[in-house]
Amino acid sequence: MTAEKKSPIISANNLSFGYGDFMLMKDISFNVNEHDIFIIMGGSGCGKSTLLHILTGLKAAAKGDIKVDGTPLKAEQAGKIPEKLMHSCGILYQSGALFSSMTLFENIAMPLQQYTDYSDKLISELVSLKLALVGLAGFEDFYPSEISGGMCKRAGLARALALDPKIVYCDEPSAGLDPISSRNLDNLFLDLNESLGTTFVIVSHELPSIFTIGSNSIYLDGETKNIIAQGNPKELLKNPPSEKVRQFLTRGEK
Amino acid sequence: MLEYQIEKSTLTLKLSGNLKDEDNENQRAAIYADAQKQKLTKICIEAEALKTWDSTLVALIYKLIKQTQGKTEIEYIRVPKHLAALINLALSVDRKPTQETPQKLPFIESVGQSTYEKWQSFKKGLNFMKENWLSFMRCIKGTAIMRKVDFLFVLEDCSYKAFGIVSLISFMVGLILAFVGAVQMQMFGVEIYVSSLVAISMTRIMGAIMAGIVMSGRTGASYAATLGTMQVNEEIDALKTMGVPVTDFLVLPRIIALMMTMPLLVMLSDFMGMLGGAMVGMFVLGFSPAEYWEYTYKALSMKNFLIGMFHGFVYGYIIAMCGCYYGIFCGRNANSVGLATTSAVVSSIVWMIVITGVLTVIFVEFGL
Repeated sequence: MTAEKKSPIISANNLSFGYGDFMLMKDISFNVNEHDIFIIMGGSGCGKSTLLHILTGLKAAAKGDIKVDGTPLKAEQAGKIPEKLMHSCGILYQSGALFSSMTLFENIAMPLQQYTDYSDKLISELVSLKLALVGLAGFEDFYPSEISGGMCKRAGLARALALDPKIVYCDEPSAGLDPISSRNLDNLFLDLNESLGTTFVIVSHELPSIFTIGSNSIYLDGETKNIIAQGNPKELLKNPPSEKVRQFLTRGEK
Repeated sequence: MLEYQIEKSTLTLKLSGNLKDEDNENQRAAIYADAQKQKLTKICIEAEALKTWDSTLVALIYKLIKQTQGKTEIEYIRVPKHLAALINLALSVDRKPTQETPQKLPFIESVGQSTYEKWQSFKKGLNFMKENWLSFMRCIKGTAIMRKVDFLFVLEDCSYKAFGIVSLISFMVGLILAFVGAVQMQMFGVEIYVSSLVAISMTRIMGAIMAGIVMSGRTGASYAATLGTMQVNEEIDALKTMGVPVTDFLVLPRIIALMMTMPLLVMLSDFMGMLGGAMVGMFVLGFSPAEYWEYTYKALSMKNFLIGMFHGFVYGYIIAMCGCYYGIFCGRNANSVGLATTSAVVSSIVWMIVITGVLTVIFVEFGL
């Protein structure tokens, strides 16, 4: 948990994916290092969320190899995430994806009950801790319909963190949040990255977030179907490798 | 290894070695209990020899600190910076829920409130029926905002696509009726009247009820789920803000489609029920097809047939109304969609039975 050494925790080599004859990405390769906050950027429809689904094992790449925390993801296993990765990866969906019929406590306790032999008391303490970590201490008995969208996202993050995962995937976490909530969520990612050493892989096109939290990033290009920029977002802004990337990072500034 | 000691209102936690998956229930309970007994002013955490740890350790420390309601000083001695950072993070972003927990009402008040809510719900239902009537009037005038393609789509869904399930259920009901009737009639030696029993009961009411129940579970539930999901996705709000009457656009096509197709499904149900009865008559009771048909034909009357069709027409309205009503007034989460679907099916079946009772009394009073 306290390892400092930076080594690739996710490696993707020559990934290709498409729907029928339509190719969404062709031969893309990248590495995500341990303890990185890795941002997947790109215009709408370039395949950011699809790439996230491939990395989580929900979808299979048509071609290429992926290793996540030393476990290879095979095409024939699409939709069946390997047991080991279920412990070491957490996912925060765009809406939080909390189960509406369960309280926040039940939502967060679910992975703990499923994958650990912890006593009910310890599970209860862990749920309280995870909720406190995301700023929702005392909200155990609330239903998702009783809290705001931003709080649902935080609770979704608490659920993603339930098993102390090494990697947390987030699909547009700031989308739909007000600037203060968005900033708070960014700070939370930084705090958790710092304290738990969690690696975050985040799909985002919220520029303030990208510059605040991103330690590494890739830019997916919808036209070439490939990665056209890779590196720290702030560095990319200083030395953009292409006009498209510059426009993206400056919000279309001419 | 986890050791602790309490001295002069100071709790010292000594952490060493591997403290992952720390789930020693007795030890944790003992620490919490001992800490609670004392009025702690300081918690001192020493972790010089701590090698590995996870959230279970942080949860323990967090609970200890929370027990003192933040009145303690916390001292970290050689605690890994990430562990200290995590504890601080859990403590720093504390935010208390502001929502008041609803108070339980006394019995009389809760009965009153429940009755008032039922009355409001009934009024909402009547208002919904009025809205639909106005939509129908607009439709007749040609001013309703209703897409032809939507109407054809729902018409297709509740017409030939429902033939299979309606046929199967009605066939089986006819078969069961004949079997049960045959047992009784055999005692009097009049088994041949099984054909009349099946023909009269299917055409008069059973065909309509079976088609109604099947369509309520199949199409009524689908209407509630579709419109409920549209409510969750804010599509219904979008229609309202565009000035499109929801009843014109979503409800009317469904009501008209189901009121058109239900009488046809009742006809099909009548026929399949009689066919099921014929199977028992021919293969179990040993009648010839001609003999069975002769007695069936004698029992058939246009009056019963039309009454059955009329019931189907009314059931179509009830099923579509219940499905659309519960779909449109559905909540904003997945659970509500499930609840809307269940309510739509249950209500439509209950209303079908109630209306059947009312219609039966009316028809009998008029000598039909």
